Amino acid sequence: MGLRRLAALAVLSVAALTACGSGTESGTSALKIMAPASPGGGWDQTARTAEQALKAADPSRRVEVYNVPGAGGTIGLAQLAGEKGNGNLLMTMGLVMVGAVEQNKSKVTLAETTPIAKLTEEYEIVVVPAESPYATLADLVTAWKADPAKIAIAGGSAGGTDHIVAGLMAKAAGIDPKQVNYVAHSGGGEALNALLGNKVAMGISGIGEFAEHVKSGKLRALGVSSPARLAAVDAPTLKEGGLDVELANWRGFVAPGGLDEEAKKKLIDTVTAMHDSQAWKDAVAKNGWTDVFQTGQPFADFLAAEQSKIKAVIAEMGLVS
Amino acid sequence: MESLQLLLDGFATALTPVNLLYALVGVTLGTLVGVLPGIGPAMTVALLLPVTFSVPPASAFIMFAGIYYGGMYGGSTTSILLNTPGESSSMITALEGNKMARRGRAAQALATAAIGSFVAGTIATALLVVAAPLVVEFAISFGPEDYFALAVLAFTAVSSVLSRSVVRGLASLGFGLVIGLIGIDEQTGQARLTLGIPELLGGVEVVVVAVGLFALGEALYVSSRLRHDEPQIIPVGRAFLGRSDWSRSWRPWLRGTALGFPFGALPGGGAEIPTFLSYSIEKRLARGIAREEYGKGAIEGVAGPEAANNASAAGTLVPLLTLGLPTSATAAILLAAFQQYGLQPGPQLFDHNPALVWGMIASLFLGNLMLLVLNLPLAPLWARVLHVPRPYLYAGIVLFAALGVYALNASWIDLVVLYLLGLLGFAMRRFGLPVAPAVIGMILGPMAEIQLRRALAIGAGDAAVLVRSPIAATLLGLALLALLAPLVRKLAVRRSGSG
Repeated sequence: MGLRRLAALAVLSVAALTACGSGTESGTSALKIMAPASPGGGWDQTARTAEQALKAADPSRRVEVYNVPGAGGTIGLAQLAGEKGNGNLLMTMGLVMVGAVEQNKSKVTLAETTPIAKLTEEYEIVVVPAESPYATLADLVTAWKADPAKIAIAGGSAGGTDHIVAGLMAKAAGIDPKQVNYVAHSGGGEALNALLGNKVAMGISGIGEFAEHVKSGKLRALGVSSPARLAAVDAPTLKEGGLDVELANWRGFVAPGGLDEEAKKKLIDTVTAMHDSQAWKDAVAKNGWTDVFQTGQPFADFLAAEQSKIKAVIAEMGLVS
Repeated sequence: MESLQLLLDGFATALTPVNLLYALVGVTLGTLVGVLPGIGPAMTVALLLPVTFSVPPASAFIMFAGIYYGGMYGGSTTSILLNTPGESSSMITALEGNKMARRGRAAQALATAAIGSFVAGTIATALLVVAAPLVVEFAISFGPEDYFALAVLAFTAVSSVLSRSVVRGLASLGFGLVIGLIGIDEQTGQARLTLGIPELLGGVEVVVVAVGLFALGEALYVSSRLRHDEPQIIPVGRAFLGRSDWSRSWRPWLRGTALGFPFGALPGGGAEIPTFLSYSIEKRLARGIAREEYGKGAIEGVAGPEAANNASAAGTLVPLLTLGLPTSATAAILLAAFQQYGLQPGPQLFDHNPALVWGMIASLFLGNLMLLVLNLPLAPLWARVLHVPRPYLYAGIVLFAALGVYALNASWIDLVVLYLLGLLGFAMRRFGLPVAPAVIGMILGPMAEIQLRRALAIGAGDAAVLVRSPIAATLLGLALLALLAPLVRKLAVRRSGSG
């Protein structure tokens, strides 16, 4: 008897757990936000922050975040494509997905989505370990040019934002991007370990990943990928250091394809209201993001431009066969 | 000592009724998800992340830490009782633990697991208080060549679990290595062995393989024998550890703790490798009755690995709190939770938020005690699960395994993979192939590969980097020793026999 009750309890709690995760559709239309990545990453964080801001802006609204991890977001993208015409679904995405679509030769592309809004940007930072002999970007580039293979660069996944910055830097320095000795890690945290242990010559990641360690003096910042210096970290821009490289890891929302103008407008209005809320502004400041809000057609044009830019870089780096 | 004062303040934070309640909820939930195959602490914490918006940080982290520790406790239960580990870190526990259960010593196996986890968790948490800066120095000094050497050592160490037939053991290991290759290659970003199925780009998760081969394979195998074998009534036996159980358990507990804590702190260490190493060390050290019992249910083979996996959970918190480096899936989600509160774990966290950090550490001590109090009386009760008629019991396992695996990614492809692996696990049992090496290969293979390639890339192709670091050289030396020792012993025996 006791056992049976225990089993029933177990079933119930599992049911409750899974219900939190996937949820079910009911009566009123809940807005769903897909984070095409595991919990904890940038897309997940964006989705969950948006959920809170939407609820703060309109307490009666029902919002649900769910995760579809894998392959730079292309698995989530494929699922989104299957939701054609669904006006109650948003997916977080960004620069990394643009690259992943090319690299994984994904059958579904961003052309099959409805661009809704660009939300935030986060710049990249180039660092060396505190013990490094390179005091400035110019020092590093001189050594890099002399023997590209000797300069091991730690960063996130192959073909991701960090890797693309490495490729752009090489190109700007006059090094064949295929010569870049890029050591991919599963994320900024793992790359950080290689840097703190002084195993690699330089590291590239989002500013948030390294800023704390630049402040504490364990890493030396040589450059940031922004057009002008940033308040968050004391470092010159890559341009000041002599490399004409500018790249922002932007994030935004797309909706499934096949939406009529009315459904599209409704989603844009919802996201605009979210963006205008105090909760969103606070979260943007707290996370060190840059607010680059842009909706509808301007965002679609931006997306198209990014696609051709990234496609070219990835091909030059030899990442697509 | 300053940290002692801070720790006492931490207990003051953790001992408020509300926070005690959060700790209790955490450990109970953690134990539950640990028991269920497929659902692990990482996912549970991820699902509970939204509470960070309404609960004060100290309470939330006290609950999350409870879930983490509880999950490590709970994972052993199904391993021991049913040979169906719910987590990859409790896989090794099944090897001896389930044999103990079949001999009517289920309650002892559960008790040594629970007490060992308590001992390991408490010692490791104490180490977290006093040795965090030292351990973290050691952890970041570990380079890719050292990880590669570590993987080689683990491979040689686990050769002892390959089963009596080396060919069968190697076949199973090779299968695991192949599964480990599936997905996007991290260094080049190219897809391998994905058969054009996009869902496989992310690789097959270890938990799917562990649950498929072990839990599902076991359930299918048992059901295939239902009409052949008379159901044997397994005596549950006395609930507490006898004198000889205690004296055989305490050394493995301590050795397991010593292995688990530093491995947890290593960014590439994880909870599985110390359990492999602990198992093989205990096997090599076994003398007398333990030596005879190894492979038939030796208590050392449960005590050591269980202590190791709990100590590794505490070890994981070292780089997380001091550097903001997550070294396990659960730690990565805890990091996200910190960020939700606008807190950045790292060198400054201990100075800026002492109440939070020390409250959490104090709650780990309390959580450990709660888990012991919760689990020890439950051991004989859990052991009675074995009296549930087997058709119901194993049907339940299949259900929960499928539910847990589906909940990972909400992907039906995972379910297909799970059932295929389940069939394979059944076939391997039917034809006498051990399943543990497959899971071991799947965990160690990708690690060895990626670290070797990273080491070579950093060394610009010079293979000498692999032995240049003292840590790597030592580890490879140990591996060589482990390989040669049996040969040398055989030679020595032959010589003394002839001479």
